[in-house]
Amino acid sequence: MTGEDNAAAALLSISGLTKRYGSTTVVDGLALDVAEGEFVSLLGPSGCGKTTTLQMIGGFVRPDGGRIRLGGRDLIATPTSKRGLGMVFQSYALFPHMTAAANVAYGLEVRRTPRGEIAGRVARALDLVGLSAYGDRYPRRMSGGQQQRVALARALVIEPRVLLLDEPLSNLDANLREEMQTELRRIQHRTGTTTVLVTHDQSEAMALSDRIVVMRGGRIEQADTPERVYGRPGNRFVAQFLGKTNLFAARIADGRVSLGDTGWQAPAGAPDGPVTLAVRPEKVRLSQTGLPGRVGERTFQGGRWLVEMDTAHGLVLMETPNYGPPPPREGETVRIGWQDGDLHLLFEGAPA
Amino acid sequence: MTRFLRRLDPAPLLLSLPAGLILGLFLLLPLLATALLSFRSYSLYTGIEPVLELGNYLEIFGDGYFLEIFLRTARIAALATLLTILIGAPEAIILMRMRAPWRGLFLLVALGPLLISVVSRTLGWALLLGSTGVVNTALMAAGLIAEPIRFMYTEWGVTVALAHVLLPFMIISVMTVLQRLDPQVENASHALGAGGVTTFRRVILPQLLPGIFAGSIIVFAMAASAFATPQIIGGRRLKVVATLIYDEYLFSLNWPLGAALALLLFAIVIVVAVGFNRLAESRFARMYG
Amino acid sequence: MSRRNGPWALIFHTLFVVFMLAPILVVCVIAFTPEGYLSMPTDGLSLRWFRALWNNPDFVSSFRVSLALGAASASAAAAVSIPAAIAITRCDFPGRGAFLALCMSPLMVPSIVLGVAFLRFFSQIGLSGTLVGLTLSHVILIVPYVLRTIMNSLGSLDAALNNASASLGAARWHTFRRITLPLILPGVASGWILAFITSFDEVTMTIFLAAPETTTLPVRLMLYIEDSIDPLVAAVSTVLIVMALAVMILIDRLFGLDRILTGAPDRDGKP
Ligand SMILES: Nc1ncnc2c1ncn2[C@@H]1O[C@H](COP(=O)(O)OP(=O)(O)OP(=O)(O)O)[C@@H](O)[C@H]1O
Ligand SMILES: [Mg+2]
Repeated sequence: MTGEDNAAAALLSISGLTKRYGSTTVVDGLALDVAEGEFVSLLGPSGCGKTTTLQMIGGFVRPDGGRIRLGGRDLIATPTSKRGLGMVFQSYALFPHMTAAANVAYGLEVRRTPRGEIAGRVARALDLVGLSAYGDRYPRRMSGGQQQRVALARALVIEPRVLLLDEPLSNLDANLREEMQTELRRIQHRTGTTTVLVTHDQSEAMALSDRIVVMRGGRIEQADTPERVYGRPGNRFVAQFLGKTNLFAARIADGRVSLGDTGWQAPAGAPDGPVTLAVRPEKVRLSQTGLPGRVGERTFQGGRWLVEMDTAHGLVLMETPNYGPPPPREGETVRIGWQDGDLHLLFEGAPA
Repeated sequence: MTRFLRRLDPAPLLLSLPAGLILGLFLLLPLLATALLSFRSYSLYTGIEPVLELGNYLEIFGDGYFLEIFLRTARIAALATLLTILIGAPEAIILMRMRAPWRGLFLLVALGPLLISVVSRTLGWALLLGSTGVVNTALMAAGLIAEPIRFMYTEWGVTVALAHVLLPFMIISVMTVLQRLDPQVENASHALGAGGVTTFRRVILPQLLPGIFAGSIIVFAMAASAFATPQIIGGRRLKVVATLIYDEYLFSLNWPLGAALALLLFAIVIVVAVGFNRLAESRFARMYG
Repeated sequence: MSRRNGPWALIFHTLFVVFMLAPILVVCVIAFTPEGYLSMPTDGLSLRWFRALWNNPDFVSSFRVSLALGAASASAAAAVSIPAAIAITRCDFPGRGAFLALCMSPLMVPSIVLGVAFLRFFSQIGLSGTLVGLTLSHVILIVPYVLRTIMNSLGSLDAALNNASASLGAARWHTFRRITLPLILPGVASGWILAFITSFDEVTMTIFLAAPETTTLPVRLMLYIEDSIDPLVAAVSTVLIVMALAVMILIDRLFGLDRILTGAPDRDGKP
C-alpha cells in the first residue's frame, strides 16, 4: 500500500506536524493516519508532546507547520468550534454551574438541535455511560468516575467524527481506572467512534487500542498493533518503555547470533556486527541447559513472581506464574533459557 | 500576508480597547496637561500665561512657607505610618490567632471602617476630642482639667486621625503575609526550645517584615497625600500639601502653582514608594526567591 | 499562628477595638441628641436631627447624586473591566504587561492629583461639573478594584472549560455568555459593590469636580463641616455608617469580607 492510498483510506490524516515553543521543538514533523473506527493511542514519557499533538488536532494550539486533514478537509484552517471533534479533558472540564444533563445537552443546544430531539439524545448518551439516574446532579456532587462518564457522554452526544481523549483516566484510582478502561472499550465498540487517546500508561494503551503510537521527543518511534509494539519493538526505547525487558549485547557473524558460548540462527539478511537481544521476562524459563545464574531478589506479586538473576551477561529478570512449585530461593544457582522464537533482535548498537 | 493577519488575533485588541481608551484619554492626557500647566505662569490680572518656565518650582523651593508645609506633611505621614505599624502589626497577629466566630467579628471591626466615608470617620475624632467634644466636656465637668485638651488644628491630632483612617491597610498587608506563613514554623521553634520572645524576634518578626514594609508604603503614600482628614482636623490653620493645593486651586486661583505643588507631591510619593519597594525587594528577595 | 492569645494580647486587642470604634460610635450617639448643639444625648434620644436632614433639600439631592454616580460608575467600570480582564488573563498579546500597568495605574496617583488634573481637563473639554465628567473620573478611580476582583475570578476558572465549550461547537461569544460570565458573576458582583462604595465615599477628587447641583453627599458634608460642626453632620454620618454596615453584612454574607478587602483569590472557582 502506498502512502497516497493510505491517506485516502484514512479519516484523520496528519503529516509534517510541527510545534515549537521558543527554540525547543515540541512536536517534530509528526505523520500519522487514523482509519475510520480505529482506536489509536499516543503513548510516551512525560513531555514528549502527546498533549500538544492532541491539542493541535482539537484546535487549541496552532501548529507551526504541517497538515491535519479530516476526511479530506483541512482542519488547521477550521476554527475549533467548527471541527466537529469530541474532546475529553484530563480535568474533565465539566461546566460546574450546569447539571450533568445540561452539560451533555450543551453541545446539542449550540448546534441548534430541535428541543424535542435533545432530550432523547441526552437520555441515550447518559444511558450509554450508565448514568441515567444522575441527570439532575451537579458535577461537584459526583465522584471522579461519574464526572468522567459525564465528560464522555458530553463529547459523544454530538456524534463527533473523531473522539480525542487526553489522559482521561489518570485522575481515577487504580480499580476504577481498570473498570473505566473496560467501559471505554465497550462504548467505543458500540458507537464505532474513531478515537485518539493520549496516555503515558502502557498497560492502558495496550488494553484499549487497535494501534499504539509510541512517541519520544516530539517524534514517532513506532506505530503498530499492541501485540507487535510489545513483542517486536523497533528499538531499545520502545522495548523498555512498554513493560520490562531483558537486553543483551550480542554479535552476528556468519549468519549466526552469538551470546557468550550459546548461538542461534540469525534471521535472513541480518548484517554482521553488534546486535541487542531482547527477551521479555515472561518468556524466560528455568531450563536444564541454559545460561547459569544466581537467584537474587524475589518479588511476589499475587498472580506471579518476579525473580532477578545474576548471570554472566548481567541481571536477568524472570516472570513466572504463581502456579506449580514456587520459584528457586535467593542464593540458589539455576540455569535459565528461552525459546528461539521469543528472542527479538534490535539493530542499533549494543546496550550500555 | 494573509498568514500573518490570521496569526494576529484581533480579540485581545478589541477586548482591551474600552479600558485602554478611557484610561489613555482620561487619565494620561489630564496628567500630562497638568504637568504642562505647572510650567505656566499666573497673575491676578492676566490669568494663566502660555509660557514655559520654572517659576512655580523656583517659588516653591525658594519659599520657607512651602518648605515648612512639605516638611510638616512628611512628618505627619511618617508618624502616622509608625503608629499604624505599632498598632496594626500586633493586632494582625492577634486576629490571626483568633478562632471561628471571633475572628470574623473582629475582622469586621478592623477592616469594616474602610467602607465608611473618611469624612465621617474623621468627624468622629473632631466630635470626640474637639474643644467642645465629648472627652473635653467630660473631663472639665469632672474638674480634672481646666483648659480643654488641644486636638483640633494640631499636628498630633491630624496624625492620630490619619492613623485611625489608614490602619486597616496596614492590618491587611500584615495579614496577607501571615496567611502565607506555615503555622508549623512557630511550633518548630518552640519545639526547639525557644521561648516566646525568642520565637517572636527570630522567627515571626523576620517573616512579618515584608508585610509591614508593603503596608508602610501604602500608608505613607496615602497619608502624605491625604486631604479630607487634614482639612477637617487641621483646617486652614494647619496646612499640609494637599490642603495647600486645594486652597491654591479654589481660593487663590493660581492653578499653575497648584499644579506644580500637586506634581511635586506625586513625585515624592512615587519616589518614596518605589525606593522603599526596591529596598524591600533586595532585602526580602532571598527569602521569597 | 496556631498559638492562642495571652492576657496581654487581649488587653491590647480591647484597646484596639476601643480606638477603632470610639470615633464611629460617638458620631452615631451624638446624632440622636435632642439639643441644638453638639452634646451626648443624656436626657433621652431624639430624631430631630434626622428630621432636619430629611427636610434639607441640599443633603437629600446630594444623596441622590451619590447613589446615581456610584451605580453609573460601578457599572461602567465593570463593563470595561470584564473584557480587559479576559484579555489580560486569557490572551497573550504584545503590550499585555503595559496594558495591565495602565489599568492599575490609578492606584498609584494620589486622588488630589487626579482631582486637579480632571478639574482643568474637564473645564477645557466642556465637561466640568457635569455628571458625565464625574462618572468618567470615578470610573478611572475604581477600574483597578473591579479589574482585580474579576481577574481573580477568571484566574480561578479552569481554562479547559473554554476549550471544552469550543470543542462542543460554541463560538467565543456563546462561550462567554453561557460559561465564562455565569461563573465569574460572583466576582463581578463583589467588584461592583466594592466599586460602588468606593465611588460613593470618594471626596478628595470629587470636591474639585462637583458643581452645586452635582455635589455628592461626602463632598456636601465636607463643605458643611468647613463652615460649622453641628449635630446635623453627625446625623448625615450616621446614615453613611449604617449604609456601610449594610454593605459590609451583604458582602460578608455573599463572599466573605476579608476575601474581598484583601483581594485574596476565590477559595474555589465554583459558585
Ligand atoms: N504553552 C507552552 N509553552 C512552552 N512550552 C510548552 C507549552 N506547552 C507545552 N510545553 C512544553 O512542550 C513539551 C510537551 O508538552 P506536552 O504537554 O505535549 O507533553 P505531554 O507529552 O502531554 O506530557 P505529559 O505526559 O506530562 O502530559 C513539554 O516539554 C512542555 O514543557
Ligand atoms: Mg499531557
